[in-house]
Amino acid sequence: MNDTLKNTLLFAGIAVLIIGTGFVQSWNSALLILNMGLISAIMALGVNLQWGFAGLFNTGIMGFVALGGLASVLVAARPVPEAWPGPAFQAVGGLLMGAATIGLAILAWRRLDKGRTRGLAVLAILLIGFFAFRAVFDAAVTVIEANNPASAGNIGGLGLPILLSWPLGGVLAAGAAWIIGKTALGLRSDYLAIATLGIAEIIIAILKNEDWLARGVKNIIGLPRPWPVPLEVELQQDPAFLERAAGLGLDPTTASTLWVKLLYAVLFAIVLAIIFWLAERARHSPWGRMMRAIRDNEVAAEAMGKDVKRRHLQVFILGSAVCGIAGAMMTSMDGQLTPTSYQPLRFTFLIWVMVIIGGSGNNLGSVLGGFLIWFLWVQVEPLGIGLMNLITSGLGDGALKSHLIDSAAHMRLFTMGILLLLVLRFSPRGLIPEK
Amino acid sequence: MTQPFLIGKAMTGGYGKGPAILNDCTIAVNPGEIAVIVGPNGAGKSTAMKAVFGMLNLHSGRVLLDGEDITTLSPQERVVKGMGFVPQTHNIFTSMTVEENLEMGAFIRTDDFTDTLEQVYHLFPILKEKRRQPAGQLSGGQRQQVAVGRALMTKPKVLMLDEPTAGVSPIVMDELFDRIIEVARTGLPVLMVEQNARQALEIADRAYVLVTGANAHTGTGKELLADPEVRRSFLGG
Amino acid sequence: MDLLNAFVALANFVLIPGLAYGSQLALGALGVTLVYGILRFSNFAHGDTMAFGTMAVILITWWFQSIGIHLGPLPTALLALPFGIAITAAVMIFTDRTVYRFYRKKKSDPVILVMVSLGVMFIMNGVVRFIIGPDDQSFADGERFLISARTFKQMTGLQEALAIRTSTAITVVTAVLVVAVLFWFLNKTRTGKSMRAFSDNEDLALLSGINPERVVIVTWLIVAALTTIAGTLYGLDKSFKPFTYFQLLLPFFAAAIVGGLGNPVGAIAGGFVIAFSEVTVTYAWKKVATYTLPESMAPDGLLQLLSTDYKFAVSFGILLIVLLFKPTGLFQGKSV
Repeated sequence: MNDTLKNTLLFAGIAVLIIGTGFVQSWNSALLILNMGLISAIMALGVNLQWGFAGLFNTGIMGFVALGGLASVLVAARPVPEAWPGPAFQAVGGLLMGAATIGLAILAWRRLDKGRTRGLAVLAILLIGFFAFRAVFDAAVTVIEANNPASAGNIGGLGLPILLSWPLGGVLAAGAAWIIGKTALGLRSDYLAIATLGIAEIIIAILKNEDWLARGVKNIIGLPRPWPVPLEVELQQDPAFLERAAGLGLDPTTASTLWVKLLYAVLFAIVLAIIFWLAERARHSPWGRMMRAIRDNEVAAEAMGKDVKRRHLQVFILGSAVCGIAGAMMTSMDGQLTPTSYQPLRFTFLIWVMVIIGGSGNNLGSVLGGFLIWFLWVQVEPLGIGLMNLITSGLGDGALKSHLIDSAAHMRLFTMGILLLLVLRFSPRGLIPEK
Repeated sequence: MTQPFLIGKAMTGGYGKGPAILNDCTIAVNPGEIAVIVGPNGAGKSTAMKAVFGMLNLHSGRVLLDGEDITTLSPQERVVKGMGFVPQTHNIFTSMTVEENLEMGAFIRTDDFTDTLEQVYHLFPILKEKRRQPAGQLSGGQRQQVAVGRALMTKPKVLMLDEPTAGVSPIVMDELFDRIIEVARTGLPVLMVEQNARQALEIADRAYVLVTGANAHTGTGKELLADPEVRRSFLGG
Repeated sequence: MDLLNAFVALANFVLIPGLAYGSQLALGALGVTLVYGILRFSNFAHGDTMAFGTMAVILITWWFQSIGIHLGPLPTALLALPFGIAITAAVMIFTDRTVYRFYRKKKSDPVILVMVSLGVMFIMNGVVRFIIGPDDQSFADGERFLISARTFKQMTGLQEALAIRTSTAITVVTAVLVVAVLFWFLNKTRTGKSMRAFSDNEDLALLSGINPERVVIVTWLIVAALTTIAGTLYGLDKSFKPFTYFQLLLPFFAAAIVGGLGNPVGAIAGGFVIAFSEVTVTYAWKKVATYTLPESMAPDGLLQLLSTDYKFAVSFGILLIVLLFKPTGLFQGKSV
């Protein structure tokens, strides 16, 4: 069996799974799986850039995805006039002062001669900068958060089309990746993993606690739809749409939800196609070949005069940006940002399972892994509960039975772990191996 | 002719599945002797010693220790059989004290090894002085003494040294050679690979000049030093 | 008097909590550093292993409580601890046999072992949630306080109180005992020395006749004991929640790296550096300042550098500083 046939069959298998879901469960569920599958595939492509191309171990995917979500809010949420522009600018100005302080401290550290003076100077810069930052920033935050806390209390968005946030999400994620990459790249591979694990937790903590930014755990809801996706209620009032729905024998509610999801699917598929095409181009370019040469033998590449750290930084930023884009897309589809929903197992380690099972180093593999693992993640839960019902059917009703059935949902973590271990052991190159 | 105590007979082989580096090479040593392997760079000196120690895939040839065929044994098993090996680099536990290094040398022994410890301290008095210091803090020559001492702790039947004087100063080198002679006088066969050919040949009871993995010249150290061809081609006049 | 009050407040809110938290982190970081030193990979399953061990202890504690076994003023969990350690050890040896050993024999790249530990993390996480659920569990019993706030105030007549909770005292005492036993083991016993030798120079250790499989098994046994003890102490002192335990991975790694990965002394020092930084940075200094400064200078704000929600930022910040300036850590760990 040649590769093309095998890959076609694998993707056909995914199609069967999703279409099967449509027939067995509902078309709504099938489209939901498809849409999140598309987004997962994009995230997996981003991680594959880092891991598959360059061997970089990023465990902070969740943070980059969340930054994408933040971008959606900042771009598209309803503006809050009371916070705009004065307090908002003051808050941002405060943050810039904080950044400038750190920059100045780094500059002083580099420029001054080694010795006690340098240490004291840097300490002084940091202390003064910190208190100045807190003074400016805290004042602004107090003003912003005091404004109508029940419905606003944040700086609001720019009210621009949410599509703009997709590239911006990439830029935000790239910025965070630059900071991490600058410090943790060039050290042992595990150090990058630990540093990214940390930055992701911090990004989520910021989203949860900085109410002025995106309302924290109070969430921002009702983000506008990306063009050209309409709201369901609009469709339900559109006579032409209703007529077509009736023609297909669908009731207006079902028809409108399906149509909206279908439009999202088309939109996401376009983005996936573009990113996939770019990733493939990158893979076959001299840049991609060099990247893999570095991955396979860093010492030799360095000896040949390649700036390994710089290349790593490039690919790390690019991969994180792709995750940021996917994050913005996801928030656009959800129409809201809920910081508490970002869990590392779901948004970091699950993506890793996708990349490894799909086939590290192979873009097509990552896309496949994205769909397959997302499908399993969604479906193992009901399957587990069904299975547990079956197993416990002989058991009398009681605490044990209800505990087992209630806990069956957690089986999917277990399943993912087993899958990952099996693939790593018996097929370490994944379903579609790198060529 | 009686069989030598340790002999690698007609060894041919290389690393892993790679090409043969040794070609029909024979190395042997007897009790009370110092046998030295010398030769130009890339001649396979260290490789020959590693072959005797079992770190190489032999395509043909045999290794006999005290008449017993040990060709198929792993290096670890050869240590148990009585071979003491001192690698060229990374040959001490840097974070552990000198005494702990020596104790680890005696790890396979179940009997009381205080006597051996005293013998090693007697041989290398500086180690006794520094026995509570981490071995990584010692000078290059002292580290080599720790390494040799560690290998002696198993009470080996044969001691193998891979370039013991690499990277130490000439004075330290002379001192190390003195110690090695002292070890050999106790009756322990010493097999050693050396970069400093002239000095090594001076103390050698048995010497092998290897060229491209094969025996080029064999004899006592004095004979080889006197051999005009060895002098011309290899000792530089 | 004011100065004394200030000191008592400082001890009550910074020194004592920092000491307890530092002990817990030190024990956790010791586990991370031992796995790194002997098995040479960063074990991402460490937090979830800790959750598993603690869960075992909790279940046994509940069982003991239900059949009426108690330890008087001490928490019953201490009695359950040895059993929890045994269960965790069994699970870890099983994991090593079925999962890690294969890659060790193959001499896989460390990063592959890290991936594998991700798989183990998922499984452990799933098992813990399946058995005990994702929610908070309380299992502390016995006396709550060694010295309660009221007793202290009555005793000293100070305005500020120094309350010492039983769990805090137990944490510190246990940690000291465990560390003492561990260092005795590593420095004085033959097996312990062989572990250090293996960690220092694997090839030479093999040449010296040290059995690597035995070293690995002993390591897992010690790690099982350390994690279970650390997790139980943390659970007694604060509370048990699987996700919190997963999140402790970051301070553990930060502590181990700050001290120097692979270096046990470093892990302990790192644990206290992280713990005290976290506590001082997230503590509101207003109270202490009010006592020490003259009235005219009394602060308006809370004088809190960072809200407690950002405690991870502290671990992370210290981690970054160490990575930038001294990647081998304070106590010279393994190479970067």
